Amino acid sequence: MLAVSDLKIHYRTLAGAVKALDGVSFSVADGEIMGLAGESGCGKSTLGKALIRLEERMQYVGGQVVLDDKVLPIADDRAMNPYRFSEVSIVPQYAMSALNPTRRIGRMIDELLDARGLKGSTLRPELERRLAILGLTPDVLGMYPIELSGGMKQRVVMVLSTLLDPSLLIADEVTSALDVASQKKVAGALVEFRDRGYVKSMIVVTHDLAILAQVADSIMIMYAGKLAEKAPTRTIVEAPAHPYTRLLLGSLPEVGIRFEEQRLPGIKGRPPSLLSPPTGCRFRDRCPLAFGKCVEEPPFIEIAPGHQVACWKADAHAQG
Amino acid sequence: MLRYLARKLFIYLLTFIVAVTIDWAIPRFMPGNPVDALVSRIALMPDANAALTSYFMAAFNLDQPLWQQYLNFWWALLNGDLGRSIMLFPTPVTTLIGRALPYTLGLLLPSILLSWYVGNVVGALAARRKLLDNTVLPLGYLLTATPYMWLGILLAWVLGSSLGWFPLAFGYDQSLKAEWTWKFISSLLYHWILPFASLFLVALGGWAIGMRNMIIYELESDYANYLMALGAPQRLVRKYAFRNAMLPQITGLALQLGAVVGGALVTEIVFSYPGLGWLVLSGIQNQDYFVIQGVFLFIIVGVLLANLIVDVVYVIVDPRTRVGLQGDAA
Repeated sequence: MLAVSDLKIHYRTLAGAVKALDGVSFSVADGEIMGLAGESGCGKSTLGKALIRLEERMQYVGGQVVLDDKVLPIADDRAMNPYRFSEVSIVPQYAMSALNPTRRIGRMIDELLDARGLKGSTLRPELERRLAILGLTPDVLGMYPIELSGGMKQRVVMVLSTLLDPSLLIADEVTSALDVASQKKVAGALVEFRDRGYVKSMIVVTHDLAILAQVADSIMIMYAGKLAEKAPTRTIVEAPAHPYTRLLLGSLPEVGIRFEEQRLPGIKGRPPSLLSPPTGCRFRDRCPLAFGKCVEEPPFIEIAPGHQVACWKADAHAQG
Repeated sequence: MLRYLARKLFIYLLTFIVAVTIDWAIPRFMPGNPVDALVSRIALMPDANAALTSYFMAAFNLDQPLWQQYLNFWWALLNGDLGRSIMLFPTPVTTLIGRALPYTLGLLLPSILLSWYVGNVVGALAARRKLLDNTVLPLGYLLTATPYMWLGILLAWVLGSSLGWFPLAFGYDQSLKAEWTWKFISSLLYHWILPFASLFLVALGGWAIGMRNMIIYELESDYANYLMALGAPQRLVRKYAFRNAMLPQITGLALQLGAVVGGALVTEIVFSYPGLGWLVLSGIQNQDYFVIQGVFLFIIVGVLLANLIVDVVYVIVDPRTRVGLQGDAA
């Protein structure tokens, strides 16, 4: 079980601190695959990275991350090391280039496991078994990354990242660089690994809501460094409460509509700058429902079991 | 792999033929005639001069047409004959080169290999320590921008002439006989230090800067980030980064060889060091076609051979080139 409370992460830039995560609180239950979606720059990737390893220019400002009743020392790179890979793991966005090009894959994995104080040879049978689940033969362990296709590398990385049965897996844009057929396979693999208990819970970061509809149990929508809405996938798709979620869904293509005849609606305007974000609801400038109260910041509250929204009009909307 | 090697060997053979042809042609473009110089040194009666000149011209085959000389040259070369020196007649050029070669190799091999190794280690260390980086970087730029002979002259002036710590010239103390005694060997080493240091230092700067930049690049690469996200210790990540950063440095070594050899020739002249550089200088001053040809031939062969070795080593250490050779793997 993952519980994040009031997490704040800023980026150091020459112009000042970019508040990429500005007080984010949510939880992910055991066995839950949570989709994390939003526009570019909304903070979803920052959140994913913050849970495992802060980049150099990312600055921890406040908040707490608790995984299985242990507080993760996310601000301390060294203290975080024992938790990485074994408790929290990641399938990175750049899975195609995540393997050292000059080492045979099997040897690289052995060296990594040895460096973590584990014996690579004892884990070898399990490694081969899991590769087989994703349709890879043990031969790939004797190959260099360049000998594998992009999709194969992606699957190798998925197997490696989950080899130690982490409690939490962050899948960062894992389907973005793949063709539709491979996307489906990867999405299926994520669910399969959860069902087999290799991973307890999962956060799937993506901008692709269609993929989330296939794999996620719940979906969390972010906007401009804050949470907008979190709900079970069905609820998000069928009865979204936040106006941003509804506009986001509305801008997706639907089967059977010819877009030569009908323009796909987008969301007018652009997200606010996170260098000096406005007070109150951050979506209010683009929101069709904005009214006087929106100058105050709406709290992220539960309007139905498992359904949280940060919008003053959410209640009225969910019912209406 | 074999096809790759065969192709490489073919290219090297072509390069060799072209280089040797240029090597043969260049001394003959020089104004004047070596035999005139030789004869004028003997300084006899004018009519005796004429007879001697035609005798020597025939002896060196210089009276034949140029194309014939060119063919003769290749024929002799394939039989391992580089001709006889004109200035030190009748010593064979191979003997002269054999005498000078150990000095040049003794300078070149340690300075190339040590500067490459030390430069890579220093650069890799600098990439992760701010304090070291702040000294290595400017110093490296300064060294690598220094011409070989200029640093040689500077060292000779400060450490040799002003402070008197090191000898200024020659391969060993001229009062000693060349023999395998400790006294002679220590004299050899003593005379070797300054020319070695000037070659070593100039090359060191370039390697250190290159390695520092490559390491920083590798440490920011995706595979390094992934390893760190999986909690790999810094030791492992740096080991990989060092190894991968080494690859461009190996190519760099091949590219640098020619420049270092050129630098060594000039440095030998600065220190009157009895190597190939010194030999080729006196060859040029005396218009000794055969000595000039012979020395440059050695340098051509040496540089080509070293490049070939680097090519083979590169294929062994970088799997990506190997896969490329076999065509795309399925």
